[in-house]
Amino acid sequence: MLSPIASLPLSTLIEKLRSAELRSVDLTTAFMDSIADHDAKLGAFVHLDRDVALQQAAEVDAKRDAGESQGPLAGIPVAVKDVLCMKSQPATCASRMLKGFVPPYDATVIAKLKQAGVVVIGRTNMDEFAMGSSGENSAFGPTRNPWDTERIPGGSSSGSAVAVAARMAPLSLGSDTGGSIRQPAGLCGIVGMKPTYGRVSRYGLIAYASSLDQIGPFATDVTGAALLLEAIAGHDPRDSTSVNKPVPAYSQSVDQPLAGLKIGVPVEHFAEGLAPDVEKAVRAALEVYKSLGAELKEVHLPHSKYAVATYYLIATSEASSNLARYDGVHYGHRAEKFDSLGEMYEASRGEGFGDEVKRRIMLGVFALSAGYADKYYTKALQVRRLIRSDFDAAFGEVNVIAGPVTPTAAFKLGEKTSDPLSMYLSDIYTISANLAGLPGMSIPCGFTAEGLPIGLQLQAAPFEEERLFRAARMYERETDWHTRLPPLAH
Amino acid sequence: MSYDVIIGLEVHVQLQTQTKIFCGCSTMFNPDHPNVQTCPVCLGLPGALPVLNGHGFRLAVKTALGLNCQIAPYTKWDRKQYFYPDLPKGYQISQFDLPFSHDGHVDVEIAADAKSGKAASSRRVRILRAHMEEDAGKNMHDESGSGRDSKVDLNRAGTPLVEIVTQPDLRSSDEARRFLEELKLLLTYLEVSDCNMQEGSLRCDANVNLHVHQPDGSKVATPIVEVKNLNSFRFTEQAIEHEIARQWKWFQETGIKLGDKGGYKSTRGYNPDRGETYILREKEEAADYRYFPDPDLVPVLMSESQVAEIRSEMPEAPAPRRTRFESEYQLTGYDAAVIIDQGREFADYFEGVVKTCKDGKQAANWLTQDVLRETKQREQSITEFAVRPEVLGALLDRINQKQITIKSARDVFGELLTESDQDSAVPAIGRIDEIIAAKGLAIVEDTGAIDSAIAAVLGRNAKAIADFKGGNEKAIGALIGQVMKAVKGADPQTVKEKIITAMSQS
Amino acid sequence: MQLSHEHVRKVASLARLKVTDAEVESLLGDLTAILDYVGVLNDVDTTGVQPMVHAVELHDVLRQDTVVASLPRPEALDNAPRSDGEYFLVPTIIES
Ligand SMILES: [Mg+2]
Ligand SMILES: [Zn+2]
Repeated sequence: MLSPIASLPLSTLIEKLRSAELRSVDLTTAFMDSIADHDAKLGAFVHLDRDVALQQAAEVDAKRDAGESQGPLAGIPVAVKDVLCMKSQPATCASRMLKGFVPPYDATVIAKLKQAGVVVIGRTNMDEFAMGSSGENSAFGPTRNPWDTERIPGGSSSGSAVAVAARMAPLSLGSDTGGSIRQPAGLCGIVGMKPTYGRVSRYGLIAYASSLDQIGPFATDVTGAALLLEAIAGHDPRDSTSVNKPVPAYSQSVDQPLAGLKIGVPVEHFAEGLAPDVEKAVRAALEVYKSLGAELKEVHLPHSKYAVATYYLIATSEASSNLARYDGVHYGHRAEKFDSLGEMYEASRGEGFGDEVKRRIMLGVFALSAGYADKYYTKALQVRRLIRSDFDAAFGEVNVIAGPVTPTAAFKLGEKTSDPLSMYLSDIYTISANLAGLPGMSIPCGFTAEGLPIGLQLQAAPFEEERLFRAARMYERETDWHTRLPPLAH
Repeated sequence: MSYDVIIGLEVHVQLQTQTKIFCGCSTMFNPDHPNVQTCPVCLGLPGALPVLNGHGFRLAVKTALGLNCQIAPYTKWDRKQYFYPDLPKGYQISQFDLPFSHDGHVDVEIAADAKSGKAASSRRVRILRAHMEEDAGKNMHDESGSGRDSKVDLNRAGTPLVEIVTQPDLRSSDEARRFLEELKLLLTYLEVSDCNMQEGSLRCDANVNLHVHQPDGSKVATPIVEVKNLNSFRFTEQAIEHEIARQWKWFQETGIKLGDKGGYKSTRGYNPDRGETYILREKEEAADYRYFPDPDLVPVLMSESQVAEIRSEMPEAPAPRRTRFESEYQLTGYDAAVIIDQGREFADYFEGVVKTCKDGKQAANWLTQDVLRETKQREQSITEFAVRPEVLGALLDRINQKQITIKSARDVFGELLTESDQDSAVPAIGRIDEIIAAKGLAIVEDTGAIDSAIAAVLGRNAKAIADFKGGNEKAIGALIGQVMKAVKGADPQTVKEKIITAMSQS
Repeated sequence: MQLSHEHVRKVASLARLKVTDAEVESLLGDLTAILDYVGVLNDVDTTGVQPMVHAVELHDVLRQDTVVASLPRPEALDNAPRSDGEYFLVPTIIES
């Protein structure tokens, strides 16, 4: 059973905290209880530190009692993906390789959350090192979809999506390298946003593919996502790829509808492979926009059919390098048995990494190796620019691009684990935004006949998150998909 | 059969920054306290990200400009991937295809060698490229061979380095040493590196092989050997000498040349105790470093005006300064070189002295003899030396003004030093004239006083006069001494001449 | 792209991954399929296209050369699988 508090919308929680009708300690306790009730079935959390969370909550309450002014999210619990470093809390990336690793520092987003008085309620499950699209590649075991626990919740930010979908946390953070926020948000029926590359600092985000990774929010509604992005975005001198641009007050403008909205509908995203029920829901959503006065326009992204191939070469190349640091010397897993330094490396890495991680490291090492780098890695970088150019051209004509998040709704656990390539193809619509560095979001837009959520993806030009939020909110006001609770939460 | 020696060097230089290349940890040399200068970035912790040290990059550009290199308008950072315990990320951030600078040169002057009869010569050593990279940490191997653990200290990991790669333009171990000396002089002049070899601030790898002359006039090359990690100039010279002899002997025995089966490039180390190189890697298996652009770092652009601005901040480099000293102060090439080669502060001191005394030659004589001797004796650097350039300049000016003799000036100089040795104070210019007065060292132009003193001395030294006239020329010394004692500040040469005249007249 | 068992082993060795015979077999199959798939990129004419390394066009991001406190040594060594309280410890590095 869902506690009455945990089922309230975020805006109500904020209001009750502000008016001192509700204390953060009680709110945090309510969500902790919700986790205790549901997570054994869902596997969304990998680490909980009740004392630390309640301590943070108590501090916020004390400040409020003392009359100190606080940000809108002060006292609100947020779950974070196990990929973000937080001082004195384990950070494992759901990998045996990082079992027991405790970072001595806070990621910039964690520091910002603390600054905002946000209560970090727990660390969420994920595909190992953020490599996966189903939440099944975890040393802690799979995460399950609260709409049907026989199905995957999507990945790699599986636990963060499920935590919010099952109301075990009102908000959460994930990371998105090829769709890892938008895809699970879509499959779990919540809002998820991948910001523009450079909008949110990556300092303290354990890297999968550095040029694609971006941290972003999950929420049950658009306003929640806007509030959370507002809290974590901004320039960070500790991240050379962080962009120095002011952060708009997204939550202030989110309710203002956009006049003259031109929505691009990419023909390539409605082609072969798209499930009919998904297509139907997405097309219906487009009709809603039309009824709100938006103009729908067909656009072409001719290189999008190369996005998956491009992504898997670039992401794995970078990953093969980013994961070289896990060698059992300075931190992380070290094998017990070896006869030499070389064997120690090979055994530690062989034991520490799961199959999918090994597969991607192998592909990346191959793609960068002598004699192959030009044909694979560099070629992919060239196609990446063409993919970006497609978007630049499209955004010359429209201001938002809309389409499906995934080709199908959530599939069954184990359904694609033996066929990596078919798993990779589930990111087909989300991957280009990472390659191009664009912001994208997923909002709930319906359900399949089996009662599985369907997501609508909205994308915009770089740093147009504000436009995305407003466009998303226009639709959200007209529909009630986001208010539906998964059966498990009832 | 004879051969040419072909040598190219790769030199790693630590830049003189306060902090590491990509994080705020101190670069202080601190081997006694391992692993106290680390942070998430230089430990390579998951999630940590590098940000370039802007000052370090400027120092690198200065280095390259000093090497007469071109500065690239666009440069980027690449990852060089290999596994080693002193490399925490599993890759070194370095520069691959677009280094920040390339195509320069250093002119090396080789002094004449009387022993071998070799004339002085000059060699232009082309610089292929200079790139920036991070240093690794330090592994401490178990020396006992008992198979115990190796230790890793990451204090040094992330120290900014410039790697300088020469073309194979050096032709002898002597030239290689001279090149390194000139490089060290240049880098310390530019204040980009302290080049402290004991602390590993300058490390050298040498690529050596021979081009053997064939009877038909053609040449064949012996397999190239890279001698790694030479940490002193002397060892570099010795290692190259040993390689030359070893390769020559091996070639005569086997005839194997570069590219033959068994004629591959190999890597060797140098054992200074045995004076020999030893094999490190037999076959240089084409290492696959899988270089690719570091996605965590962004490019650096350098406009011509930025380069010009950095150039304008740079002090004059040693080579042009030598030339200028020769022409501006009429120094011999030898004197100019001795002064410049002492380092920038010494040359600055020299110019300080000349500014006051207006006599380059005189100043050069004093610096290369008296000042060098005294600083060496006191184990002082020129900046610690008590007699400041304006004081020495004033003293030398007294000589030029014929106020005191060179000998008296040496007395004053010695007195200034003795005093400061006692009270460790820096003597003021005024002290010069006080000492001259106290010791009566001023040149006495009053010939009447000298004449009457001579008359008095000769009057009571009949025996000495007889000795002198009898052919004992040394006898005059005692007479001069007595006259000088009576007339302080008299010029000994004048006194001597006057005594001789007086005796011949008597 | 025709991969061999030997090639897979060579890549595993470059990656410092210990792989069993069974893993080599399955990796060979997976990598072959993936490389086949990414072969579609050969259809794209990329003549003259500048490789795109970054998603943002930033340059000259620089830090001040000012010392920031380092980690206390115990924190630096805290996660090490083996240390002696001063150094990270690894099996003897043999200079081969
Ligand atoms: Mg190097
Ligand atoms: Zn550091």
